[in-house]
Amino acid sequence: MNPPLVEVSAISRSYSMRSGMFGRAAAVHAVDGVSLTIRKGQTLGLVGESGSGKSTTGRIVLGLDPPDSGEVRFDGKPMATLGTAAWRAQRARMQMIFQDPLGALDRRLPVATQIREPLDIHGLGTAAEREDRVRELLRAVELTPAHGVRYPGALSGGQRQRIVLARALATKPDFLVCDEPVSALDVSIQAQVVNLLCDLQAQLGLTLLFISHDLRVVRQISTIVAVMYLGRIVEIGSADDLFARPEHPYTQALVSASPAPGRRSAGRIVLAGDPPNPAARPKGCAFHPRCPRAITRCASEVPALSAVDGDRQVACHLVTGTQARDAA
Amino acid sequence: MSPLVSIEDLRVAFSGVPVLRGVDLTLQKGEALGLVGESGSGKSVTWLAALGLLPRHARVSGSVRLDGRELLGAPAAELDQVRGGRVAMIFQDPASALNPVLTIRRQLSEALALHRDLSGNAVKAEARRLLDLVGIPDAARRLEAYPHEFSGGQVQRIMIAMALAGNPDLLIADEPTTALDATIQAQILELLSTIRHEMNMAMVLISHDLGVVAENCDRVAVMYAGRIVEQAPSNQLFADPVHPYAQGLIGALPPLDGPRRRLTAIPGTVPDPAQMPVGCAFAPRCAMAAEACGVSAPSLAPIADDRAVACIRAEASRRALLGIAAE
Amino acid sequence: MGRYFAIRIGRAALTIVLVVTFAFVVLRLSGDPALMILGPEAPPEVLAAFRKAWGLDDPIWFQYLDYFHAIAKGELGRSMRDGRPAIELVLERIPATLALTLPAFAFKVALGVPAGIYAALHRGSAIDRAVMMTAVAGFTVPSFVLALLLVLVFAVQLGWLPSGGQDSWRHAILPIATLSLGGAAVLARFTRSAMLEVLGQPYIRTASAKGVPWRKVVTSHALPNAAIPTVTILGFMVGTLIAGAVVVESVFAWPGVGRLLVVAVANRDLAVVQCILLLVAMTMVTSNLIVDFLYGFLDPRLRAKGAHA
Repeated sequence: MNPPLVEVSAISRSYSMRSGMFGRAAAVHAVDGVSLTIRKGQTLGLVGESGSGKSTTGRIVLGLDPPDSGEVRFDGKPMATLGTAAWRAQRARMQMIFQDPLGALDRRLPVATQIREPLDIHGLGTAAEREDRVRELLRAVELTPAHGVRYPGALSGGQRQRIVLARALATKPDFLVCDEPVSALDVSIQAQVVNLLCDLQAQLGLTLLFISHDLRVVRQISTIVAVMYLGRIVEIGSADDLFARPEHPYTQALVSASPAPGRRSAGRIVLAGDPPNPAARPKGCAFHPRCPRAITRCASEVPALSAVDGDRQVACHLVTGTQARDAA
Repeated sequence: MSPLVSIEDLRVAFSGVPVLRGVDLTLQKGEALGLVGESGSGKSVTWLAALGLLPRHARVSGSVRLDGRELLGAPAAELDQVRGGRVAMIFQDPASALNPVLTIRRQLSEALALHRDLSGNAVKAEARRLLDLVGIPDAARRLEAYPHEFSGGQVQRIMIAMALAGNPDLLIADEPTTALDATIQAQILELLSTIRHEMNMAMVLISHDLGVVAENCDRVAVMYAGRIVEQAPSNQLFADPVHPYAQGLIGALPPLDGPRRRLTAIPGTVPDPAQMPVGCAFAPRCAMAAEACGVSAPSLAPIADDRAVACIRAEASRRALLGIAAE
Repeated sequence: MGRYFAIRIGRAALTIVLVVTFAFVVLRLSGDPALMILGPEAPPEVLAAFRKAWGLDDPIWFQYLDYFHAIAKGELGRSMRDGRPAIELVLERIPATLALTLPAFAFKVALGVPAGIYAALHRGSAIDRAVMMTAVAGFTVPSFVLALLLVLVFAVQLGWLPSGGQDSWRHAILPIATLSLGGAAVLARFTRSAMLEVLGQPYIRTASAKGVPWRKVVTSHALPNAAIPTVTILGFMVGTLIAGAVVVESVFAWPGVGRLLVVAVANRDLAVVQCILLLVAMTMVTSNLIVDFLYGFLDPRLRAKGAHA
């Protein structure tokens, strides 16, 4: 098994949020005790609905947001302090791409210039070498130098996301955080970008943290999948196994809610209630008010994430390992 | 059986640029029809044009008949009776679909006053009943609330309640769950399906999500670049798509179970409506395109009783079949 | 809600302090009032006496504090010209100014708002283009140019109306017309864009889709929403009722607050200038407070925010 590249241990982050402009400030636990290990060359998929804390987790892992507690280790070393030379060196090895490529690009600069920018910032290579690298990167994302001279506005959504990807790859990072990178794209374009990501990962040996609400895309690209609900991981396991055999009632509902061609909605688990408000997290298991199987214990006691069998871990009082499940 | 809605050669152009290029579609009473396609394919425009909801500068031609009565060019008063009365519509973005400065009660009552012979307390009672029906708890009190006080899923429920106010025969749901979380999407789709069966209402479900359409519709029409390219019963379309674009869409969808396979991405991008290719609009992206595909656009032709495809190859194979039958 | 207003009132007070300070600094830096008023030939002992009488020989910070102290007590100083209380001089000019600005305000609203709404509803039509061209002309042409133009046409060429003075209602027509046209143009453009923004919103389409007749879509769905941004500009216009006619009053020799201000500035009549500035700042600030209050009334989203406080 590959050694871990990113080790996240028990990170928490809360924000104080006001309800309205002058409302009382309430602490919102965006991320609450999340631990993850991403091994070299692996893709960890992070799924969850809005308010689950998956994007905040991504930002903390990248060092864009400091955790209130807990620690992120990159390649065995703790994250360097923001702004130091060590931090910059570390940052060059990790990059991020977002959902909205147009927002991530400068509309007033040709895209090739923007791909070259990280090389300029980190002072990598001579001018000629940088030009070569830009051409190489454009080719890597299946675009041509002709695309490079264009402005973001003259490219399609899929092409823009490729440019963002090329820019992220410019410094030859080891680790890439992708936050909903294909959610804004049409299905056929989405498939192009997903394939490209898979290819690049295989070629370059990249390690990915792939954040998305789309179970299908996550399964397609991930080795390991973690499911988040209200700032905590409720289930984690290998991608194929997790979606085929979800254990946590929330994961089961999510998988069941994902529409599939050729299957009518019979037997679907439809959860009651609205997506929960992170500012008013229920006591005990945060999922219990919507859980079809909740028992009294769920309302008072927070279930810990514990190994069930194989590499699967579940945070649920009702799921306690193979033997207990067989007995039930 | 005479169809509820029949659309013939519907065309729409925005300042000279054609976005809908001849759509033919029929809808039976009580039927659930899915309309899939990527952005810009014209799936929403079709129904906005049919109901006269496009901006004035849109040029619309063709024919849209509801129970035999022509809607295109009908007087405004007649259209106002149809809209919300016989045909209701709900939209994608719940956050901005309701008027932010009016209470839910006012917005619901408005629809009730227009299409139902109700007044005074009866309006309020019916408004409350509708909110109950769509699953808004504490309806009596929530009627006095404003849209921003509801979550996205709840606003979509309110939109559905408003759509039901006129007891419509047809509900057009335009990407009703795209902006919602997965578990909320499941709730809304279930609500739509329950209500549709209870009220024996026909539904057009417009979505970019093949899965959503497949699960909730009897029949599906796939649109590409302003035309319908394939029409078939849901199960048949997904089991055996004929048009290369439909095949591509289904191949591009990552599976949720079974072995992983490389996605069959459709190369290239959707053509610019201002520079539509001559011939089949999909030909430039089609792996199976032949020379003839670039010459003239294939028309939507039946390949079976309830299936139709707009593709030269389908036509050729059909002709071959007919040829064999004739011998 | 209380906190919402407390913050706004605090900000308003700060605005007034800044305005007064600014006026004080600018006027003191730009010349010696004693020299201005008494002339360069005045004997030094007269100048010294004048300075002593008005406190001009005190240290500048002392004058500044003294001035604030006086204002706090409601004393706005006396005119250095004739020794009358500045506030009296200003107050007696207000009716003349309002006689121009109030009717002008009414005309602005009556002309600008409907023109803007009509233009938005008939976007791209000949009338829309005409309204927009007039509106652009209306607020690119400075008011003194417009005023002179009107005088040239209606007073000089046609001889229908007097070119200046305050003897009858006919004297007010040209100044009011000058003020109204510019303001109506601004308002028409603003209303049009507010209305276009609202008409493009999904809830307008929702209303049409449920069968609301177009007239009612406009009146009960579009207008209440378009009113929210329009109130901002109306509030600004209310704020200019007192001193928005400086140029027009000067051109038409209309004895209002604006002309008093011009004369007082030219003469370094500090008390009068400061008194007018204070008054202007207060009307501006008050109208802003009214606008904030109206927002709460028009927009339930803001109301809800206030309710939590």
